[in-house]
Amino acid sequence: MRDLFAVVMMSGIYSLISASLFLDLDAVDVAFTEAAVGAGISTLLMLASLKLVGRYEHKSRYKPGLALGVVLVTGALLIYGTLDMPYFGLADAPAQLHVAPRYINDSMAEIGVPNVVTSILASYRGFDTLGEVVVVFTAGIGVMSLLLVSKQTKEESQTMVPADMRQQIILRVVAKFMLPLILLFALYVQFHGDYGPGGGFQAGVIFAAGIILYTMLFGLSNSQKLFQRKKMELLTAVGVLIYGGVGVVCMFMGGNFLDYSVLRHDPVHGQHLGILLVELGVGITVASVMIVIFFKFTWRTVKHKYKE
Amino acid sequence: MNILGLYNYWIVVVLMMIGFYIVIAHENLIKKIIGLGIFQTSVFFFYISIGKVAGGTAPILDEKYQLYSNPLPHVLILTAIVVGIATTALGLSLVVRIQEAYGSIEESDIQAQDVLDQLECSMEAYGIEHAEKLSDQDLNE
Repeated sequence: MRDLFAVVMMSGIYSLISASLFLDLDAVDVAFTEAAVGAGISTLLMLASLKLVGRYEHKSRYKPGLALGVVLVTGALLIYGTLDMPYFGLADAPAQLHVAPRYINDSMAEIGVPNVVTSILASYRGFDTLGEVVVVFTAGIGVMSLLLVSKQTKEESQTMVPADMRQQIILRVVAKFMLPLILLFALYVQFHGDYGPGGGFQAGVIFAAGIILYTMLFGLSNSQKLFQRKKMELLTAVGVLIYGGVGVVCMFMGGNFLDYSVLRHDPVHGQHLGILLVELGVGITVASVMIVIFFKFTWRTVKHKYKE
Repeated sequence: MNILGLYNYWIVVVLMMIGFYIVIAHENLIKKIIGLGIFQTSVFFFYISIGKVAGGTAPILDEKYQLYSNPLPHVLILTAIVVGIATTALGLSLVVRIQEAYGSIEESDIQAQDVLDQLECSMEAYGIEHAEKLSDQDLNE
């Protein structure tokens, strides 16, 4: 397909289908994230960058024969490699025997949170998640510095940018009804993540998706009045600092880094508090990074349009 | 169970190879990024399908259920998806900057421009007189 618009739409559908497949494989949290990220934000970012780089692909000058050969040989080798793997769904496969039973059997007593995914994410593997949040933050900084706003555009930013969809009254009215529900749902996902599927990562993405919907329908200027760029950029760092700060507080109270048990007299309560705070940090960073990235991309598109 | 019990890995391999093919056989940088995305989801499926236990349920503890799927791959992949979108955004912004600098996002156009630039640089380094001779030769080549 030469039309990249169709390609991006197809990849969005692909993401949605893979989300339902994840659901079928019992990975509810993963399905949640994939649906919000893959079908929502990633498709949008792709479309925004298509607007900047052009919609149609040139005719390729490569000969596909060699690439096809490499791919087929690699695929055959990988399939040969799978012959030693355990069968699908076996309960006594090596992956199921090592740490997973401990998480499933002991996490209720140690952490007191029914959703095992949340307790592993925020507590058992808290270091790992801190690393991931820092990666998200770093990628956000990377996008900010790559799509830096020059002085010229700062002057332009004083002028109002009208919304493209001003005429779409039905969409605007429906979106006004849906927006509070989306934001409320994001908060529910954020704070109910201990008991059901959800958590900071999903909530951040859903919150950002709500803001992005608002931006698309009511224009960049309106939305930047509410969510000022400087403040959002600060918030990306605030989330990481909350996460790291909880770890440091744990150290001051006599525990290890990110060992929440010392936060309260009762270790289980301490874990609860720690997970809540840490997930809040994750949510803030993820939401603000997504919003900032989206603003940067839209600002580029708008700028281009006004130059022409 | 026979060899067909391995089908989840084969789906992963097929998806992975589709992504790999898109990355190496297409010139358009946006398509390459989409290909990388497909490659990435194939790895996600690999992890999640390893964690699946037949007859198990989602790992949210409840007294009604005894058998749960492995929660550890879920944690790893859940964070990987969000990190994936952040790095994809980084890649897309690189593509946008490449478009602004080169006026194209096709790999061969970019390489052709780079070769021309290098030629000009080396011509300047050798001095203009020498460069004129060189450029004639190189253009003929």
